[in-house]
Amino acid sequence: MLAEANTMRPERARPADTLVSIEGLKMHFPVYKGVLRRKVGAVQAVDGLSFDIMRGETLGLVGESGCGKSTTGRAILGLYRPTAGKVHFGGEDVAAIEGERLRRLRPKMQMIFQDPQASLNPRMTVGSIVAEPLVEHQVAKAGERRARVRELLDQVGLNPDYVNRYPHEFSGGQRQRIGIARALALDPDFIVCDEPIAALDVSIQAQVVNLLQDLQHRLGLTYLFISHDLSMVRHIADRVAVMYLGKMVELADVDALFSKPKHPYTRALLSAVPVPDPKIEADRRRILLKGDLPDAANPPKGCRFCTRCPEAVAQCFDVEPEWRDLEGGRKVACHLAN
Amino acid sequence: MTDAAVAALPATASRPPRSQWRDVWNQFKTHRGALVGAAVFLIIVLLVFAGPFAWPYSAELIDIRARNQGPSLGHPLGTDQLGRDMLARVMAGGKVSLAVGITAMALAVTFGTTIGVLAGYFRRLDNILMRFTDLFLALPLLPLLLVMVMLFRERLASTFGPAMGIFLLIVVSIGLTAWMQTARVVRSAVLAVKQQEFVLAAKSIGTRERRIVLRHILPNVLSPIMVSATLGIATAIITESALSFLGLGFPPDFPTWGRLLYDAVDYLQQHPERVLWPGMAISLTVLSVNYVGDGLRDAMDPRIRGR
Ligand SMILES: Nc1ncnc2c1ncn2[C@@H]1O[C@H](COP(=O)(O)OP(=O)(O)OP(=O)(O)O)[C@@H](O)[C@H]1O
Ligand code: SF4
Ligand SMILES: [Mg+2]
Repeated sequence: MLAEANTMRPERARPADTLVSIEGLKMHFPVYKGVLRRKVGAVQAVDGLSFDIMRGETLGLVGESGCGKSTTGRAILGLYRPTAGKVHFGGEDVAAIEGERLRRLRPKMQMIFQDPQASLNPRMTVGSIVAEPLVEHQVAKAGERRARVRELLDQVGLNPDYVNRYPHEFSGGQRQRIGIARALALDPDFIVCDEPIAALDVSIQAQVVNLLQDLQHRLGLTYLFISHDLSMVRHIADRVAVMYLGKMVELADVDALFSKPKHPYTRALLSAVPVPDPKIEADRRRILLKGDLPDAANPPKGCRFCTRCPEAVAQCFDVEPEWRDLEGGRKVACHLAN
Repeated sequence: MTDAAVAALPATASRPPRSQWRDVWNQFKTHRGALVGAAVFLIIVLLVFAGPFAWPYSAELIDIRARNQGPSLGHPLGTDQLGRDMLARVMAGGKVSLAVGITAMALAVTFGTTIGVLAGYFRRLDNILMRFTDLFLALPLLPLLLVMVMLFRERLASTFGPAMGIFLLIVVSIGLTAWMQTARVVRSAVLAVKQQEFVLAAKSIGTRERRIVLRHILPNVLSPIMVSATLGIATAIITESALSFLGLGFPPDFPTWGRLLYDAVDYLQQHPERVLWPGMAISLTVLSVNYVGDGLRDAMDPRIRGR
C-alpha cells in the first residue's frame, strides 16, 4: 500500500493547492513568578501568524534565534496547544482537536529535529526507533515491518544492516538520517524540518540537504524548512517567510525576496549574507541593527521592529503595521513597503 | 565519531533483532566488581537456603551444657548463651533477613518509582503526589511503625499464621516507609528526561502516553532506580533489625541477622565474635548487592556497553 501510494504520485508535485493553512496562530507561554507562582505575564513566542503552505513546496522560515520559529513548527503539528488561531490540515483544525483524532492525523505530518542526538532515544536500537511509528499506528505485521525498516534505512542512505546498532554508534549526519527515516516511515505529506542541518558539520550539511531534496522529489513531500542559514534557505526553498519577535514580517518567492526585499528587517538580514558574485560582494554593505532583540514577554508598542528599524517613522511607534498583500503574491508587514 | 570511523566498523550481525539481554550479560561479565559481587551474593543465598539441610544442628536446638563456646570444629562460629549453634542461627536468620530485605525493597522501589514517574511526567499530579511524599517524609516513622504493628499484628497472625503474618507486616511496613527517596530521585530524573527531544519526537509520531512512559522515560531513568534498589536492600535489612530489637518485629526466639546482632551486644565484652558473624553477613550482602547493582546499571546502558 505504501509503495503504491509513492508510485502514484507525480514526479514532482507542482505547487498548486494549499496543503496547510494557518490563520492567526498565537502561542503564548505563561510566565510564573514569586513564591505563589502567580502568572505575571506571557512570552508571546508566536503572536498572530497567517500564511499558507502549498502542496509540494518548500517554505523556508528564517529569523534570529528566539523569534519563535520552532514554536511555530511545533504548534502547526499540534505538539503545543496554541493560545489562539487555526491550523487547517487534512480537513481538520489541528489547533482545535486532540487525543485520538489528532493521533489519526499524525502519520500525515511529521517533524525532523535540530539535534539528531537528542531526538533519538539512546536506549533504543535504530531498528526499533524507525519501527516505532509503524508499531504505534499498526501499519504492518512484524515481518513486513522489518522489511519496511530496512527499506527506509536504505532510502535515507544508511546500511540496512545497522538496524541493531544504537544511536551513539553513529555520526551526526548518520543520526540525522535515522531521524529522517523515522519521519518518512508513515509516508507523510508534510514535514516540518526544524533546523535539520544546524547541528551538523558543514561538510555533512550539503549531503543531508541533498537527501531532503531528493526525497521531496521522489515522494512529493511538502516542507516547512526552518533555518537561520539564509544561503541554505535560498538553495532549498521555493518561498521564504521571515519572522521577527513572534510575528511574520515578510513572505515572498525566494528569488523575489533575495533580489528585492521589501521589509527593512529582511534587508538587514540579507546584508549579512556573503554573495558569491565578487562584483556584487564588493558593494555589499552590512546593515547593522542597533540594540538587542526586545523581550518577547514585553514587546514594543506599534511595529515590533521599531526599536531597531533604521527606517522607522513616527507612525511606527504607535500603529502596528498590518500583514498585507503586495503584488506577485508576496506579503509584508511594514508601513513603508510597497 | 566521524563518518569514516563508523564506516570502518565491520558490518556485523544484520539478522533478526539481536537479543538485548545477551548484550547486557556480555557487558556485565566485563565488570569485575559486579561478577565478584554476584558470586558472593549467590554463595550467601545458597548457604542460607540450602545450608541448613546439610548442617547437623538446628537453629532452635538448645544445649545448655555447650553454652557460650568459642569457635571450634564442632561449632565453627561458636554457640550462644543457650548453647545454640551460631552457624545454624546465622543461616536461619539470613533466610528471614534476605527475604525481608528483597521483598521490602521491591515493594518500596516499585511504589516509589510509580509515584516518581507519575509526578514527574504528569504535571497535574506533580503537586499532590509530592505533597503526599513530603507528608510521609515528615511522619515520625518509628511511632508509625509501632501503630501499624499494634493494629495489624493479631489480625494478620490469625489469617496467615504467626510467622507469615509478621513477615507480611514487616515487609509492608518497611516498604511503605522507605519509598520516598526513590520517588523524589525518580521524579527529578523524569523531569530531566521529559525535556529531551526524543520525547517530543515520540509525541510527534503519535505514540500514546503510556508507551512514552514505558518505552522512553522508564529506560532512561533506570540508573537512579537501580541505585535506590541496591541501597533499599541494605536499608530494609537494617530497619528489620531495629524493629526486631524494639520488640516490634519477629518474636525474640525467631532468628534474623538484626536480632542476632542485638542479642550479641549484651555479650560484647565476653564474646565479641558473636557480633561479628551477623554483622559480617549483613555487610557482605549489602556490599555484594551494591556491586551487582553497579554492574547492572552499566550493562543496561547501551552507551557504556558500546565502549
Ligand atoms: N515551552 C516554553 N515555555 C516558555 N517559553 C518558551 C517555551 N518554548 C519557547 N519559549 C520561548 O519562546 C520564544 C521562541 O522560542 P523558539 O524556540 O520558538 O525560538 P526559535 O526561533 O526556534 O529559536 P532558535 O533559533 O534558538 O531555535 C523564546 O523566547 C523562548 O524562550
Ligand atoms: S513599520 Fe516602521 S518600524 Fe516597522 S519595519 Fe516598517 S519602517 Fe520599520
Ligand atoms: Mg528553534
